[in-house]
Amino acid sequence: MTEMNMIQSLNSALDNALETDKNVVIFGEDVGYFGGVFRVTDGLQEKHGDHRVFDAPLAEGGIAAIAFGMGLNGLRPVAEIQFADYIFPAYDQIVNEIAKLRHRSGGEFSTPVTIRTPAGGGIKGGHHHSQSPESQFTHTPGLKVVYCSNPNNAKGLLTSSIECNDPVIFFEPKRCYRGPFYGDPHNVPTWKGHAKADVPEGHYAIPLEKADIVMEGDACTVIAWGAMVHVAEQGIRNSGINAELIDLQTLVPWDRDTIVNSVRKTGRCVIVHEAPKTSGFGAEMSASIQERCFWHLEAPIIRVTGWDTPFPHTTEWDYIPSPERIAEAIKKTQEA
Amino acid sequence: MSGNKEGALDTYTVPTAPFRPGDEADFGGSWKEQPGDLNRPDPIDCNSNDTYDHAHGLIRVLGDDNSASGDWNPDLDAEELIKGLELMMRLRIFDDRMIKMQRTGKLSFYMRSFGEEAIAIAQTMALDDTDWIFPSYRQPGAQFVRGRDMVSMICHCIGNTEDNIRGRQMPVHYSWKEGYFISISSPVGTQFSQAVGVAMASAYKGEDQATITWLGDGTSAQGDFHYGLNFASVFKPPVILNVVNNQWAISTHRNLATGGSNFAARGLAYDIPSLRVDGNDFLALYSVTKWARERARAGKGATYIEVYTYRAGAHSSSDDPSRYRPGDEFKCWPGGDPVDRLKNHLISIGAWSEEKNAELTEKIDSEVMAAYKEACKFGDLASGPYPPASTIFTEVYETVPWHVQEQREELGK
Ligand SMILES: Cc1ncc(C[n+]2csc(CCOP(=O)(O)OP(=O)(O)O)c2C)c(N)n1
Ligand SMILES: [Mg+2]
Repeated sequence: MTEMNMIQSLNSALDNALETDKNVVIFGEDVGYFGGVFRVTDGLQEKHGDHRVFDAPLAEGGIAAIAFGMGLNGLRPVAEIQFADYIFPAYDQIVNEIAKLRHRSGGEFSTPVTIRTPAGGGIKGGHHHSQSPESQFTHTPGLKVVYCSNPNNAKGLLTSSIECNDPVIFFEPKRCYRGPFYGDPHNVPTWKGHAKADVPEGHYAIPLEKADIVMEGDACTVIAWGAMVHVAEQGIRNSGINAELIDLQTLVPWDRDTIVNSVRKTGRCVIVHEAPKTSGFGAEMSASIQERCFWHLEAPIIRVTGWDTPFPHTTEWDYIPSPERIAEAIKKTQEA
Repeated sequence: MSGNKEGALDTYTVPTAPFRPGDEADFGGSWKEQPGDLNRPDPIDCNSNDTYDHAHGLIRVLGDDNSASGDWNPDLDAEELIKGLELMMRLRIFDDRMIKMQRTGKLSFYMRSFGEEAIAIAQTMALDDTDWIFPSYRQPGAQFVRGRDMVSMICHCIGNTEDNIRGRQMPVHYSWKEGYFISISSPVGTQFSQAVGVAMASAYKGEDQATITWLGDGTSAQGDFHYGLNFASVFKPPVILNVVNNQWAISTHRNLATGGSNFAARGLAYDIPSLRVDGNDFLALYSVTKWARERARAGKGATYIEVYTYRAGAHSSSDDPSRYRPGDEFKCWPGGDPVDRLKNHLISIGAWSEEKNAELTEKIDSEVMAAYKEACKFGDLASGPYPPASTIFTEVYETVPWHVQEQREELGK
């Protein structure tokens, strides 16, 4: 085990993938010589050669299409989209092409593409450097959707995503690259000393489709992913209630058993995400949970989410779900 | 190709930059193209074939000896030139002040036009005042030409209560309706094809109103670049399409945006008259834009221009170019410094002096400083006050729908 921040652990996963599988190639805007605007691919071109780690022309649609083609023809491409907000020029290639290739060809063809992209707010990025577009992909059959939250699962989940033969959209909470984020912009801890900053060297994989029970409790199930896992942890602490915190990790296909077992135990549920509420992934979960847990529920399921508005710049702390809002919601589930 | 590892074929090419940190940059000394090399075709009668040489050469007016010459000399009087110089100096001083404020946390982020000041200033000066401007983030200078109040610009950048876009977008994403200056959007290149639609609407309405837009060399790889050129080629609206080739897209050299070395000639394939111009030559930029505007006025359709320049500074306040390029190589860029070049020309024709220049610098500096102090009275990013949180919920739709209203009440601010 080595202590790493999330940038280092993602870099370690990529380094290991390049080392163990000669078909892995990595590309995207500024990922080659420079090592990426967030430094995730730092040093990889120098170590593995520029035919394996290279800069792409500034065209996300092209990047996704090239990944489709390379993956179809035997390579295992790992493409970076510099910000999740800039994945939309690639949307057609991802949704209509990458996601449907296996099915439309009767299983004759497939493409094991991994698309990594930093998402979420908290860096004063305004409308176009802050969005959380995961539900735009969870709504697309054929894609697996993964969201890491700490250095340890970042490496483990990225390794599994690259090794997965289905296409994976892999979200990285950029606000947590250098430290967990507890919802207080004035208190900026690093990953130093955090249990989840211990990351194995070499090959390290965590199975997809499995949620992680971060904190056990019996009074309420709180589900979150990405940066919201840490904010929810703070929210639970603030609430003083013995809630169970679950980091979903893989959104599609999600770990229904773990969630259902937890909600049947607690009888209460709060779902937290940064993305807007309407048609957010919380809506899908909430519907599925009530289908399975209706007779166990003691209170309505509550969603704490970003607002149904564009992501703001100066007022971003009024947009991102806060520990206070989460604590409030947890308390509300206890009233019923 | 370089760095090829065993197994990869030689036909698999991965380009890199011609120089990296530690290397000596070499741009070949001075331009071989000279003012006067290229004629100025009749803008009305010209077709794309007539601009073959202009797309492959380099249109210049200001020579290495600071004189202005050739067919493309716009023959501007000294007063106009001094105005152009003043605006470029203002833009540079403004940018420098904003970067200093950024370092103290008064704004979150900033992007300078350093080394590219002539582009927005000269090209906007060559337009009519009501022509539409569809900028990328490196043409805020157009607002100076149309007289936007600096206090209002700074209020936007520092996201205070007087920010006309209510703190919603990052700094430098100006929006200014009175100046026909369209709100800047971060996703690169989107403005380029939108501008063609605006120009088509002007033509539809029969109005003599042109539209100008710019995108970068890197961004020319986006689909929007090609959509824009193609729609402009098909519908021939009054639009001026510019690609600013400043050699870099963050750390990515322009040889990853094209396998060739020329952006202007791409326009010929779309059958659009295409020019390549020295982007650090105020007079040449003014002149080619006037030419394109004449074509627009005459209903002759689009003009496409490669503005050949160098990004002298960092990509943005978040960028550290010393990680991927030598650092001071812009000093040997053959196009020199656009501000110095116009200044030296004015001095050489006896219309300006170093003393006057120093005086003007001081005057602008104190105006920028005064504007900054005035703007800070309404708050800044470091200490607020900000636009109220209720502005998150307004103007998402024309009227606030019930679900957004409910969320606003839930926030309770
Ligand atoms: C669609 C999209 N992808 C990526 C980015 C991130 N980005 C911002 S500027 C930039 C480089 C642009 O380079 P260029 O077009 O040459 O313009 P310059 O910065 O040189 O003026 C990149 C990659 C973005 N803003 N939008
Ligand atoms: Mg550029």
